[in-house]
Amino acid sequence: MIFRIIKKLELKELFDVMAENRIIGPVQKGTSHEGKPLYAFEPVLDFNDLKLDYTTTTRPAKRYFLPSHETLCTFSIHENGWDKSVDFNIREPHVFFGMHACDINALDKLDKVLLESNFPTPYYAAKRKNMFIIGVECNPQPFCFCRSMGTDSASHGFDMFLTDLGDRYFVEVQSAAAFNFLKNIKTREPEEKDHTRYMKVIAEKNRKFTTAVDTTDLAKILDMEFQSDVWKYWGDKCLSCGTCASVCPTCYCYGVEEAVDIDLKGAKKKKHLYSCNLIDFAEVAGGHNFRPESHSRLKYRYYHKHRGFMEEFEESLCVGCGRCSEACLAKITVPEVIASVRSGVKPKGRPGRHGK
Amino acid sequence: MENKLPFVDVLKGVPGYQRKSDLRSFEYSYKAEITNVYPLTASEKLYQIQITDPEMRKRFTFRPGQFVMLEVPGVGEAPFSISSSPIRHGDIELCIRNVGNLTNFLSRVERGVQVGITGPFGTSFPLEEMMGQNIFLIAGGLGIAPLRSPVLSVLENRSRYAKVDIIYGARQPSELLFTYQYDMWRKFDISLDIIVENPDKQWSGPVGRTTDILSEKLAAPAGSLSRNTYAIVCGPPVMFKFVCNMLTEAGIPMQKMFVSLERRMHCGRGKCCRCNVGSTYTCLKGPVFDYWSVMNLKEAI
Repeated sequence: MIFRIIKKLELKELFDVMAENRIIGPVQKGTSHEGKPLYAFEPVLDFNDLKLDYTTTTRPAKRYFLPSHETLCTFSIHENGWDKSVDFNIREPHVFFGMHACDINALDKLDKVLLESNFPTPYYAAKRKNMFIIGVECNPQPFCFCRSMGTDSASHGFDMFLTDLGDRYFVEVQSAAAFNFLKNIKTREPEEKDHTRYMKVIAEKNRKFTTAVDTTDLAKILDMEFQSDVWKYWGDKCLSCGTCASVCPTCYCYGVEEAVDIDLKGAKKKKHLYSCNLIDFAEVAGGHNFRPESHSRLKYRYYHKHRGFMEEFEESLCVGCGRCSEACLAKITVPEVIASVRSGVKPKGRPGRHGK
Repeated sequence: MENKLPFVDVLKGVPGYQRKSDLRSFEYSYKAEITNVYPLTASEKLYQIQITDPEMRKRFTFRPGQFVMLEVPGVGEAPFSISSSPIRHGDIELCIRNVGNLTNFLSRVERGVQVGITGPFGTSFPLEEMMGQNIFLIAGGLGIAPLRSPVLSVLENRSRYAKVDIIYGARQPSELLFTYQYDMWRKFDISLDIIVENPDKQWSGPVGRTTDILSEKLAAPAGSLSRNTYAIVCGPPVMFKFVCNMLTEAGIPMQKMFVSLERRMHCGRGKCCRCNVGSTYTCLKGPVFDYWSVMNLKEAI
């Protein structure tokens, strides 16, 4: 790994150098009813719009890699049959300016199933390979439990990673493309004082984590507690709305639908991201539903995240970003669900995302 | 323009054709033609489907138990077990009940329609491993569709297997599939028992469930079942649960019994998650599982 130091003011220069490409980054989209800023990953034209000190975005970076709706192929229908044409729906490379470690880890996890397994998906591959990623050190929030999931730092899956040291940035350079970009601006070798400052900043960050999830033997505990009443408790709260999946940076399940064009000369095959909490997720033709109850679907979601993925890849599919807990209309939070499954004790009183 | 990132073409320079790892094969489907539609009952038809390109047709190989995704542009795509013998390559037969969007559409088409086929996908029945042994092939209802491929394969290689028992149960005689083939199957020195739950006036065969026939057969076993017998069981979960429990009690090891699971699938490639049982992909680790694996899957039965 190559490390560089750049002055804070130089970052705008770097942004302008990269601006020949389409840049996506965190911007403020609005204000919550509590008066807190709401952030989103959007195309950025002006460096001043970029909010690198953002808390977290409501929705993940997923839409740039796995769009919620995507046309997989189009058909032209003619007298003797049809022809299929496939498009991966990406035309040019993009720069992602300012992604937190949890979201980079989320992409690394998606890589495992969408790129590195059998039947790799070109729709994801094309977008992933055409995204230059600049990571940025985060500011832990009360709902973040990435540290418990081992995703509070990223070791790969990005091109460049920035850590704010006050008047300068500590830069990890991971790709040749990143190195080439840096040639355009003033950088210097890090010195001992930069290393010391870096360690101090990271230690300060780590002290800010307030939420933890005990993941010891979690896969086995989930197996043992498969019949636990605790699931019914959470299932009764769950509205089966699928919000958790739509804000999850690693949920990748989907459904496919086909439709004939209105002029009857063509057809489209469309994919839309789905959620295993939606009632018809496991319903087969003829109407049989393998998971008719809300609790069986909620349980399945935890199984896939914390046990199934673990079995396949020796790691959990959850990155602890806390977005699902924040977005849940029923205020179901991952740390509370896991704690209750571990202990076998239903939470007393009204469950809530910020304590009881 | 030196700071313009180069566009990465993910398909460029991909060597050879490896169906499981090649990015270009993901959305690739063989063009195929429905060459014949054979009505079996009021709701099921047998579709003979031929991959159009002769070279591709020859190169298409599958093992009994595997499935294909059948696509009709603009209508939909769904998984179907292959019901034909593997020696026919890409000239396959699918037994389809009209029950959903795509299958209702298919029930109205005539021969000559062009469809898309992808696959084959999933695991298969280990027929090579079963050679030299007795085999129970047990089907309930539409379970005969995935069972017909191993049945035909066993018949074509009859000398390599010892005793072959087929037990097939349906709710009523009018729901029996492949009735025209029973006499032919019997000529291959196999025992074929058909049983129905609700007989009509013409029915002269036994009345009851597959387990009734099976218990008679197991009462007088030929040698040690634990050493010389395999079983393939296809049908609704409640049926294979009873059948497999009966076989287990008779001494057949769980890893010598195979079942085929059915789930909703939108991709067949381990991506859409719709077919997961517990956290196992039916499309990758299945649809054929040995009974031991099924017992270890949460929520399988």
